[in-house]
Formats: sequence, structure tokens, C-alpha cells
Amino acid sequence: MAGGAADCSFWERVLAKHCRVYELRNKERISVAAASKLLANMVYGYKGMGLSMGTMICGWDKRGPGLYYVDSDGQRLDGNMFAVGSGATYAYGVLDAGYSYDLPIERALALGQQAIYHATHRDAYSGGNVNLYHMKETGWEHIGWTDVLKLHYQYKNEKK
Amino acid sequence: MEFLIGFEGKDFVFLASDTSAARSIVMFKQDQDKMTPLGKNTMMAMCGEAGDVAQFSEYIQKNLQLYKIRNGYELSTKGMMNFTRKQLAEALRKNPYHVHTLMAGCDSTDGCSLYYLDYLSSSVKVPFAAHGYGAYFVLSLLDRWHKPDLTKDEAMILLKKCMAELKKRFIVTLPAMMVRIVDKNGIHTMPPLLEKDYVTMDTVQDGEPDRSIVRPLIL
Repeated sequence: MAGGAADCSFWERVLAKHCRVYELRNKERISVAAASKLLANMVYGYKGMGLSMGTMICGWDKRGPGLYYVDSDGQRLDGNMFAVGSGATYAYGVLDAGYSYDLPIERALALGQQAIYHATHRDAYSGGNVNLYHMKETGWEHIGWTDVLKLHYQYKNEKK
Repeated sequence: MEFLIGFEGKDFVFLASDTSAARSIVMFKQDQDKMTPLGKNTMMAMCGEAGDVAQFSEYIQKNLQLYKIRNGYELSTKGMMNFTRKQLAEALRKNPYHVHTLMAGCDSTDGCSLYYLDYLSSSVKVPFAAHGYGAYFVLSLLDRWHKPDLTKDEAMILLKKCMAELKKRFIVTLPAMMVRIVDKNGIHTMPPLLEKDYVTMDTVQDGEPDRSIVRPLIL
């Protein structure tokens, strides 16, 4: 999630609550499409009142892997690849150069990490650590938590 | 920077919409479908404020679906347009939807018709129409080249003419156009029109303008 920290953490929690309630009511996990639409409808109700969020919702359901972009305008898009937030333009530059739909997992993770690194490098409002998650059929796996400083010097050495 | 265009033909209506999904300066998608089916023979193309488009178009579509379930028949194109216009007009002074719409449909009473609807709820039945900045470039082309007995092939050529003009004069590039034809048999989705399909439509080829465009002088 990108944008207002309070908005993001709050609405992420509200969405998680709604998804859990759905699961209890229906004895089945909510689909990615429905979860993302839940969020889109919630924030649309507050349109024009100052919410600031750009989010991606990903998961795996009956339809296979799913990825949605949802923002505080109420815009909701499905797609294969997104970058969100103030650093998105920088991230897209790296992603578009290296992305293909059938990328092996190892390469995909590396590409995502590099894209975020380059975004943090150029964007004044991004930085800190790169978090990597792998969304699988069986659920998510946290791959790593890497300081951008470490990546910076590693990439720098590779260049020589 | 969205663009919708539509025109009536001999016994069909031609609708085309651009495929971009953007926010601020970033283009997120190049294959976004901006058209919604409202019935067996009615199609609506919508663009405008992000969020409003999705919410309003779905609201209209689902209510027309409900109408069909309740009454056992679909509303006519004119009926669908009147409904859509009224919903937009009633919202206008409360929680306005900033959306621009083209509606194309064929029914047994009115034949094939195209309706133009802007965000202020001004609705009008037209032989051709366009929404967005692109309209400023292509409406004159449509004035010049559109005729009511247009065939489907001629309609496609006309769209290509419009797109070639946009490519030449409009500062923003449009990734591709989604094309649909509505006739009495239903809605037909055509392959998307890509830039390579109309680059050769430029009126000036090899530096020599096409003289057939110019009408004879009237004195």
C-alpha cells in the first residue's frame, strides 16, 4: 500500500475484517476480485474527503492468481503487473525492461527487488527496506526483508 | 485523455473507445475495456472520472438487468438512455458523477440509434459523436465523411481516418481502440485497432496530398 500511512493501515485492517467475516459466513475464502471490490467500494464512499491510497491486492483463488490495483479515487484495475505510489514511475522503468509473463520465480523476485530499490534511490518519499512476498496457490510466503543500503552497495560492486 | 467515438451506419451502430487506464502521468493499462453491454442489442461506452465510471456504469447495467428480470423484456435503447440520463441528472446536484457516455443500440421500434450523453446530463440522439479531447480533432472529419448509409467496411475506414488524424495532430498517443458493432443480431466485438492499422491512412503520403478530399470551389 502506498499513500497516507493512517489511511492505508486503517483500511487494510477494515478490509481484512470484512474478508474474515466473509470467510466465516460462507465457509469459503473471498476471491481476489471480490476483496478488491470491497476495498474499492469502501474508499469510493469517502471520495473527495481526502483519502490518499494506492494499493495492490493479490491472491490466489478459483480463477488462479489474481492481481488488482485499487486507489482512493475508487479506481480498480486488474492486470499482470503494477507499480503504485510516488516511486511508481521509477519502478516501472526497471520492471518494463525486465518483465515477461513467464518469468521464472527467482528472476521475478530479483526484478521486483531491483525495481523497488531503484524507486527508493530516485524517489525522495520512498526508502528503507525492500519487502518481498511470493504469492502461491498455497498462500503467501515472506521471502525477505532487505535494507536498500545493502542492495545499493551490492549493485554498485556488480557494476564494476 | 480518454477518447470515445461512435457513428450510425446503414443498419448498425459503430462504437470505439481507447484502451488506456491512467492516473496522473502514469498509464497503468493499455487494454482497458470501457464498454458495458446493457442488453442483447445495446452497448454503452463510458469515460471520465476514475471510480465514477465503474460505479455509475455498473449501477446502470445492473438496474437495467433488474428491469428485464422484473418485466420479462428489455427496455428500448431510447428507454435505456432516458433512464441513464435521469439517474445522472438526479445525482448532478447531490453527488455528481463526472462521466461521459455514448450509447448504441438496435431495436425493432426505432432501428439502430446512437445517443450522446455528457456529465451534465445533456442527452441527444445523433448520427455520430465523440467524447474527450479527441472529439475536437475528429468531429470535423465526421461532418465531412459520415453518411447515413455507411457500410461496416466504410465505418472502419472512417475510424482509421480519425485515428490517423489524432496520431498526426493530438499530442497524446492512444494505445489502441476497442471496436464494437451493434446491429439487430447483437453486439459484435472486432479485433482492437492498433496504431499499425492506421498509420498508412495519413492523407498526405509521399508528400503529395490527396486531392479527392477537396470539394470544388463554390462561387
